[in-house]
Amino acid sequence: MSPPPTASALREQQAYVAAQAADARVNVELDTGDMTLNIGPQHPATHGTLRIACQLDGEQVISAEPLMGYMHRGYEKLCEVRTYPQCTTLINRIDWLGSFANEVPFILAAEQLMGVEAPPRAQWIRTILFELSRIANVSLFLGDMGVQVGALTPVFFAFRDRERVLNQIEEVTGGRFHPNFDRIGGLKDDIPRGWIAETHAVMAKMRGFCDEMEDLLMGNEIFQTRCRSVGVIPGDVALSYGLSGANLRASGVDWDLRRDANPGLAWDQVDWRVWTHPDGDSFARYWVRLQETREATKIVDQLLDGIPSGPIMAKVPRIIKVPAGEAYVSTENPLGEMGYYVVSKGGLGPFRVKIRTPSFSNISVVPWVMRGTYVPDIITILGSLYFILGDIDR
Amino acid sequence: MALVDKVKLPKPLSWLLNFGRARSLWVYQWGLACCAIEMGAAFGSPRYDVMRLGVIPFPASPRQADLVVISGTVTDKMAPVIRRLYEQMPEPKYVISMGSCANCGGPYWDSYSVTKGVDQVIPVDVYVPGCPPRPEALLEGIVLLQERIQREDMQERWRGEPIVVPTSAASSTRVPAAPGASGTAPTSAPATGTASAVPAGSAQA
Repeated sequence: MSPPPTASALREQQAYVAAQAADARVNVELDTGDMTLNIGPQHPATHGTLRIACQLDGEQVISAEPLMGYMHRGYEKLCEVRTYPQCTTLINRIDWLGSFANEVPFILAAEQLMGVEAPPRAQWIRTILFELSRIANVSLFLGDMGVQVGALTPVFFAFRDRERVLNQIEEVTGGRFHPNFDRIGGLKDDIPRGWIAETHAVMAKMRGFCDEMEDLLMGNEIFQTRCRSVGVIPGDVALSYGLSGANLRASGVDWDLRRDANPGLAWDQVDWRVWTHPDGDSFARYWVRLQETREATKIVDQLLDGIPSGPIMAKVPRIIKVPAGEAYVSTENPLGEMGYYVVSKGGLGPFRVKIRTPSFSNISVVPWVMRGTYVPDIITILGSLYFILGDIDR
Repeated sequence: MALVDKVKLPKPLSWLLNFGRARSLWVYQWGLACCAIEMGAAFGSPRYDVMRLGVIPFPASPRQADLVVISGTVTDKMAPVIRRLYEQMPEPKYVISMGSCANCGGPYWDSYSVTKGVDQVIPVDVYVPGCPPRPEALLEGIVLLQERIQREDMQERWRGEPIVVPTSAASSTRVPAAPGASGTAPTSAPATGTASAVPAGSAQA
C-alpha cells in the first residue's frame, strides 16, 4: 500500500484538476473556427510562385491545397511551332537548376524516332554533364534546406561550391545555366583540353562540401528535431501518388531509372549504387539527396577516367526531319523521372510533345502529407519535397 | 514631403541625400524563374557579394523595400500579383527588370500565357538583358541604377512626373539600347551597354 498523499501533493493535484476543467470550459465556450492561411504565390520558401491554401485549426493543418499555374509558360504548345533544335533551347528552361539533364530525354526520344545513335564518346560526355547538372541542382537544395529551418550559413556554402560546378559546365558548353549543348546524334563540341583534371579537382571539392553539410546540418540537433518524423510518406503512398526520384527512394522504394531503364547512357559502365532510406520523413529525403550527390561525384570521377575516343557526332542530315512515329523516353533527372512523349508526323518540328515532369507529381502528395501537420512544418516539408516551379507548371 | 515640394533643396544637401539613398538600397526578395537563381547567386554567393555595393537583400516584405528585381518570366496570372506587391512598396521605389522574359517575353514571345514585358504592368528603371543574365550583369544594372539615383532631382521625383536623367559620360560608354520590349521605352536612352536606364514612369500601364 502506498502512503497517503501529503497535504501539499493533494493541493497540487486539486489545482491540476481545476486547471484542466477550466481549460475544457474555455475550449467549449470559445468557438475557434478554421482559419485560412495563404502561402504564396510570392513567398521565399516556395522556390518560386507556388501558392498553397491551408485550412488551419489552431496550429494544425486541416487541408493544404497547392494552387499552381503562376509560372505556366505553355511549353507543350510552344514546342509544336518550333523545330527540334529550337525545342532544346526551350526545354533547358523547364527545370532551370539542372538544365542539361532536361535536354537529354528529349534528344534521346528524337534520336529513337530517327534511328540514330550517338557515338560512345558523346554518350559518355552526355552522362558526365548530366551528373554535373545533378550536382549543381541538388547542392543548392542541400544548402537551401538549412534556410527552411532557420540556418542561413549552409546556403552560402552551397552557392560558393555550386559556382565551381557551373564553371566546369560553362567551360564545355559555353553556358553557365542553359547550355543548349545536346544535339540529335551527339554533342555540339568536344571537351576542352585540361578539363578532365580540373573536373576531378572540383569533384573532390564537392565531396568536401557534402562532408561539410553532413557536419553542419545533418549532425545538428535542431535540424534533426525539425526534420525527423516530420512529413512521413510511406512507400505505398509515395508510389500511388506517382512520386519519383529521391522523394521515392527516401520512402524506402528501391527505384532508379538510371539503373532500371537505362536509355543508352553510360551509367551501366561504372560502379555505383542506389541509396534508399526506410523512414520517408523530411530527414530521409535530405539524407538520400546528400548521398546521391556524393555518389554522383564518384560517377563523374569514374566516367572521366574512361572516356572513349572517337567522334562526338553521328552522321545526321543538316536539316533535321524526324520520321513519323511516337517515342517516350524518360530519365532519372535530379528531381525525379522526367519523360518526353514525342509524336512526329515527319515534319521539321514535333507534332505534339507531352512532358512528364517530376515536380508536378511530387507536389501532388502535398494535400496528403500536410494533413495534421503543424504550421512551422509546412515549410520544412515543402522544402524537403524539393520542387522547382518551372518543372511544375511548364 | 511638403517641404520638398515648396523649397528647392540646396545642391549639396540633395547630393548628400541621394548619395545615402543610392548606397542603402533594400532589395525585396522576389524570385520568379531561372533568373532568380542568378539573382540568388549575385546576392548570396560569396563570389559576387552584392552587399559591397550597399544593397541589402533582406526584406521579405515589400513594405520595407526600396528596390525590386523582377527576375524571370511574368505570366498573365502573376502580373496582377506583381502590380499589387509593387503598390505596397513605399516611395521612392525602383524596379530592375532582369532577364529577357521580364524585359519582353524572351523565348516565350509567342506564348499564350506569358506577359510580354513587365513594363506593361509596372514602370521599370533598369533593364538587364540576358537569358539569364550573369550575376555580373545584374551588378552592373544595380550600379547603373545607383548612378541614376545619384543624379535625381528630388522635387521632380516627388511630383511624380517622368524624370529624364541626363546620361553621364560614364554610362554612355556602356551602351545598350533598351531591350526591344516596349514601345514605351524612353527616347533618350543611348544605346550600347549591357544594361540601360530609362525614365521612371515612362511605362505606366
